[in-house]
Amino acid sequence: MRAPSGPDVSVGDVLLSVENVSLSFGGVNAVSDVSFDIRKGEIRAIIGPNGAGKTSMLNIINGFYQPQQGRITFKGQTRSKMRPHDAAHGGIARTFQNVALFRGMTALDNIMAGRTLKMHRNFFWQLLRYGPAMTEEVEHRRRVEEIIDFLKIQEIRRIPVGRLPYGLQKRVELGRALAMEPDLLLLDEPMAGMNLEEKEDMSRFVLDVNDHYGTTIALIEHDMGVVMDLSDRVVVLDHGIKIADGTPDEIKGNQGVIDAYLGVAH
Amino acid sequence: MHLLYMIFIDPFVQMGTAPDLLVQTLWEGLVAGVLYALIALGFVLIFKASGVFNFAQGIMVVFAALTLVGLYAHGVPAFLALAMTIGVMFLLALAIERFVLRPLVNQPDIILFMATFGLTYILIGFGELIFGGDPKVMIADQLLLPNGSYTVKMFGGFVQMQKIDIAAAVIASVMVASLAVFFQKTRIGRALRAVADSHRAALSVGISLEYIWVIVWFASGIVALATGIMWGARSNVSFALEVIALKALPVLILGGFTSIPGAIIGGVIIGVGEKIGEFYWGPLFGSGIEEWFAYVIALVFLLFRPQGLFGERIIERI
Repeated sequence: MRAPSGPDVSVGDVLLSVENVSLSFGGVNAVSDVSFDIRKGEIRAIIGPNGAGKTSMLNIINGFYQPQQGRITFKGQTRSKMRPHDAAHGGIARTFQNVALFRGMTALDNIMAGRTLKMHRNFFWQLLRYGPAMTEEVEHRRRVEEIIDFLKIQEIRRIPVGRLPYGLQKRVELGRALAMEPDLLLLDEPMAGMNLEEKEDMSRFVLDVNDHYGTTIALIEHDMGVVMDLSDRVVVLDHGIKIADGTPDEIKGNQGVIDAYLGVAH
Repeated sequence: MHLLYMIFIDPFVQMGTAPDLLVQTLWEGLVAGVLYALIALGFVLIFKASGVFNFAQGIMVVFAALTLVGLYAHGVPAFLALAMTIGVMFLLALAIERFVLRPLVNQPDIILFMATFGLTYILIGFGELIFGGDPKVMIADQLLLPNGSYTVKMFGGFVQMQKIDIAAAVIASVMVASLAVFFQKTRIGRALRAVADSHRAALSVGISLEYIWVIVWFASGIVALATGIMWGARSNVSFALEVIALKALPVLILGGFTSIPGAIIGGVIIGVGEKIGEFYWGPLFGSGIEEWFAYVIALVFLLFRPQGLFGERIIERI
């Protein structure tokens, strides 16, 4: 375990920790006895070769998968499993490896959908578009427009997202997650399939979200350059087992990590 | 020559010379169409929320009607029986969500579709077990639905309108309008469309699938009940009613699987089309074209507008 006081780490309280979590599908161990924590305000990367269990880990954190063993502590509350609804309520938002948007809806509606949990007015008033419900709708629209400005997607807001190019879809998906005003944002390969320019844009957005909104971010990424530039701390998984945990510099020099990526000579 | 005359000239001559008959046919088509629209609406609700074609919709109509009639037969007053039937449809929605849909979250649509087949046969078996298989009479009078008819003098002839048909048209229109507004204008409506597009994305923003599914299955249960009452009042309540659900297919193809206004306009086009076709062109084929004419209209539509009149454009990236 690394002491959490390196000079390049903004030391916050632990926001989320997973302890001894294991998950298997039939006989396949997706995640075995993994423990790590995510601290408030940091950008935490989860890396590892294909099939290392990274996405499974995110799915456990936001409740899509229920681990067979282990504990998850989020905002001081410990439980053996999350439920998607609890996760979303508690302030965990996420994006997906292969974009999961509401394809038939416009970019604007997609991002508005991110505010579902923030809307409280009775549907009866919404139906009548009356009084408090209307004020509420307007207020949410304002917040959504801010996000749209922030992500620079003003001109595509009325277009059904199914028609947008991949890079923009990823951006809309990020917008939807931001609309939830999350405390913890999980990004599953936010730069996958992007060209260099799009990657740079996305990296900037990730850093800005972290700076600007103070959002804690956990991200899975294969582009090592991006990972080393963005993250404060990195956890490395291989075949479902944690093999390293530390600052980018420590990870770069870690022999176990190099072996996992390049293979070991026998 | 004679055949061409019979197809292209004669029907229109008839329409022109006996406009009262034309109006009568149009009216009957309109009523049939509104009832088709009601059935189609049940499908649309569930399709919108889960992307699943609910094969069990027809049997839900029968089940709702049987429950209503059965309760009344056991001495429950008509309106209490109606309220209790609504309660039963809610319990049914809860049960379907808990035991059919929840275990199948994130499965491909075809799996859910097959599950609705299973549901159909469970409801048939369950319904026969409790209510027996013999046809029953709908308690239309007890529910204060009007009977008898109006005869309107028009174009030198008479047009007859059954009061029950007028009531059906009014009730169906009100239901369609309120459901359309409910699903277009509320947060639940947006959540519903979200769930239809992607389960996991909906879950990730905190939309509760359980909640949405119970709502739509309950809504379509209510629609099924209304359909059952109206159709039951015109014929009687038996398991044979289940096949009217198949009439909803051409309506859906016309109107689009995802559009509530589409369901009602599609229903009217099909209803009117089939009555007019039967009355004016039917004799050419020895009559009886009403049974299949709707499917021909649907086929023609499939060629030119596969998403239906109001369906969402199907956007697929390759």
